[in-house]
Amino acid sequence: MKAVTSFLRKPIASAIVAIAIGFAVAAVVLAAAGYDPAASFAALFSGALGKPKYIANVFIKATPILLTGVAVAFAFQTGLFNIGAEGQYILGTILSSIVGIMVDLPPIIEIPLVVLSGVLGGALLGAFIGFLKAKFGIHEVITSIMTNWIMLYLCNFVVGSNTFHKPNSTSALPINPSAYTMILPNWKKSPEGMAALDNIPWLKEVLLKTDLNMGFIVAAIVAVLAGILLARTKLGFKLRAVGHNKDAAHFSGINVDRSIITCMLISGAICGLAGALNITGISPHTITLLAAQEGYGFNGLSVAFIAGCSTVGCIPSSLLFAGLLYGGMTVQQVMGAPSDIINIMIGTIVFFTALPGITPILANWIDKRRASKADALLAAEAASATGDTPREQAAEDLVTDASNNVEQEA
Amino acid sequence: MDVSPEYAVQMHDITKVFGSFTALDAVNLDVKKQTVHAILGENGAGKSTLMNILYGLYHADEGDIYLNGEKVSIGGPNDAISYGIGMVHQHFMLVENFTVTENIILGDEVCSAAGVLDMKKAREDVLRIVEEFGFEVDPDAKIEDITVGMQQRVEILKALYRGADILILDEPSAVLTPQEIEKLVEIMHDLVSKGKTIIIITHKLKEIMSSADECSIIRRGQYMGTVDVSQTSEAELASKMVGRNVNLTVEKTRAEPEGVMLEIKDLTVTDERGIEQVKGLNLEVRSGEIVGIAGIDGNGQKELVDAIMSLCKADAGTIKVGGQEIQNTSPRNVLDHSLVTIPSDRQKWGLVLPFSVAENSVLERHGEELFGPGIMLDYDKIRSHTSKLIKRYDIRPSGCEDERMSGLSGGNQQKAIIARQVSYVPDVLIAFQPTRGLDVGAIEFVHKTLIAQRDRGAAILLISFELDEVMDVSDTIAVIYHGQIVGSFEQGSVTEDELGLLMAGGGAA
Repeated sequence: MKAVTSFLRKPIASAIVAIAIGFAVAAVVLAAAGYDPAASFAALFSGALGKPKYIANVFIKATPILLTGVAVAFAFQTGLFNIGAEGQYILGTILSSIVGIMVDLPPIIEIPLVVLSGVLGGALLGAFIGFLKAKFGIHEVITSIMTNWIMLYLCNFVVGSNTFHKPNSTSALPINPSAYTMILPNWKKSPEGMAALDNIPWLKEVLLKTDLNMGFIVAAIVAVLAGILLARTKLGFKLRAVGHNKDAAHFSGINVDRSIITCMLISGAICGLAGALNITGISPHTITLLAAQEGYGFNGLSVAFIAGCSTVGCIPSSLLFAGLLYGGMTVQQVMGAPSDIINIMIGTIVFFTALPGITPILANWIDKRRASKADALLAAEAASATGDTPREQAAEDLVTDASNNVEQEA
Repeated sequence: MDVSPEYAVQMHDITKVFGSFTALDAVNLDVKKQTVHAILGENGAGKSTLMNILYGLYHADEGDIYLNGEKVSIGGPNDAISYGIGMVHQHFMLVENFTVTENIILGDEVCSAAGVLDMKKAREDVLRIVEEFGFEVDPDAKIEDITVGMQQRVEILKALYRGADILILDEPSAVLTPQEIEKLVEIMHDLVSKGKTIIIITHKLKEIMSSADECSIIRRGQYMGTVDVSQTSEAELASKMVGRNVNLTVEKTRAEPEGVMLEIKDLTVTDERGIEQVKGLNLEVRSGEIVGIAGIDGNGQKELVDAIMSLCKADAGTIKVGGQEIQNTSPRNVLDHSLVTIPSDRQKWGLVLPFSVAENSVLERHGEELFGPGIMLDYDKIRSHTSKLIKRYDIRPSGCEDERMSGLSGGNQQKAIIARQVSYVPDVLIAFQPTRGLDVGAIEFVHKTLIAQRDRGAAILLISFELDEVMDVSDTIAVIYHGQIVGSFEQGSVTEDELGLLMAGGGAA
């Protein structure tokens, strides 16, 4: 029992409890709709983890939402709500596509150049939102939502423009292959490569059937660096101080305006990186006409909240999220159950992680109950030792004590 | 004590436990009818808890309450009101842009049959009480236009309107000038003569001596007894409250001031609403002296401090530290000129509550190489720096380096700020309301620290709404009124009444 309560007091407990509740709710919905929950979950797991290539795809899907999640979590820890991750992501894809189409250099220069242009795009857009907040006091949520749409239409404008449009398609021209960041893109398709891979079937499957790329590793490093930046550097100290108490930070000589802009710049840069890595890492390696937001930024919000806004926590949380999304498609194929079930499940999980106070309260309640039971037992023992009260009386006390306690808690 | 109808309120063996903390331990209170009864105790002693139990905001775990000799059970404030108990909180609960009448009837509105507000009758009702108790309050004035003392009278009227016979006043004098306090005492005695019973919660000894008939003392949740005020002295009350002998007079040697360190010339500051709050203010503070500014809240003190810290714009005039102008720069620049401030609102301006005590102790200084090379922070060094401050300034609980600042008590939060600012070894130290909300023991500590800093050679500007504090601690006393210094005196050369008059805008100086 002690272990249970001390576990419940840890921050991760609320995430795990929320995930469990999410599965439970999904099971109820599935059962109500006439599908076997156990078989559906089995399909979900095998769809996400059943084959090496599935696992690789989960990592690929997790990459952009890990980064947007880190961006949101980073901003959140410094008191800003970057709901504009979506727009910053899109600008990242636009700029890295343009640079990737127009410039063709050896990969060692091309890749950093293309990726950095995406990062720069996101950073500038983020900084602009921060600037509007710092100088004119316009709330970042409003400007972020606006820029999300502006970026969506900017993307469509670039795709449709004469310079970049790929004839007879809904997308822009692909970037030059020198900017591709898949693992061994040429070797794996060459005869020698094929021959070598024949001996390792799982690797062959992963490399040839997916766009496995460097993205996730980069993203995980960024998550760790963002965590270190916040917790261990002077800049992070300033940003967090501003986030928790702007007035006290200002009073103690911290430049609040600059902090807000810096924070949004970093958050935007991470979103831009997400966009750039998607362009360089997965086909079609370019931007396409968007009918609606793709949701990379918004899914980043969910990832960050499941992670309790810890940047490093976004790593497992993005994998869970990507696993659910990717495995959810199998649920639809195998069971015929609509993949909306998965969205209900994700929604439930996010909803319950948004109530982080619940598990410590639960822990206190358990502790209190146990303490009062122990007291009652002690009293009973003492009473029976002195012979003042019959044992039955003590046992009765114990019951009333416990029920009183429940009432009080209620 | 026996239960008897002679007593308006009797609370016997009241115990209240919050979690593992016993806030009240078998406390007794017996308030005779038609008296002013004071409840004295340090911060956190449990006096407010006791009154909140009487007002029905909390429920006692044990103990009984008797009103006029009859046992009652008070389930909530509505029960309390129906038993004729009224409470005036320290922070007024008034709607600023409503009139006095509207505020008084709010929550107990007079309605005609169809549920329409009958303002005419309401106004008559209010006028009747105003006249009955001789309050000088205009029922049609808006709250935002009347003085704090008036606002307090409106709060009392609110309780009387609801038929209160027993009035609980929580720290009633905290926001008043000496003259307004006198007026309040008059009102209290008048109410008592008209049959009301008054309980005041306070930690101000002077006020008890001047207004109360009896005084019950609570120390750390324990009932320490009730004394007849006419038979006791301030010193006796203080030692009963704190549990040791407290030096009520501030001990210090004569100031030996040197050159002018802080020089303010013709300073004009406008607030956000465009109202000129500081109007051509002149002030000098020399190294090694404490200049105290006495004045009522809202006479430009806040804007003066904001301008010194470069938190707001100075429209005209100069502020010099050691001869260099610092106005209209940035807080960082001001700090770099070795001027630090103990802010009036510690939780808003002084502390980042979710940060640890250690992080808070380097809020201004985290950029120094001492606390980490280059862009990195060295938490071990920050922690050891903090440990020294905790030991030296007795910040409790000891070893709280990694605790969140929000977990510390108000007094210890204030100690943490003062320790941090003093560790800066400043040339100029501004202390704005440094003892706000602190108890006698903590106040003694703050005053000693200010004097020690003075003796070290710092120039100290003390701005306080507590006239006693300014008079006791300062070497030079200046009075601020409507954004100007209207008088400046050496300590001991001026009386409380003279200062009070100046603070209220009277007299020519």
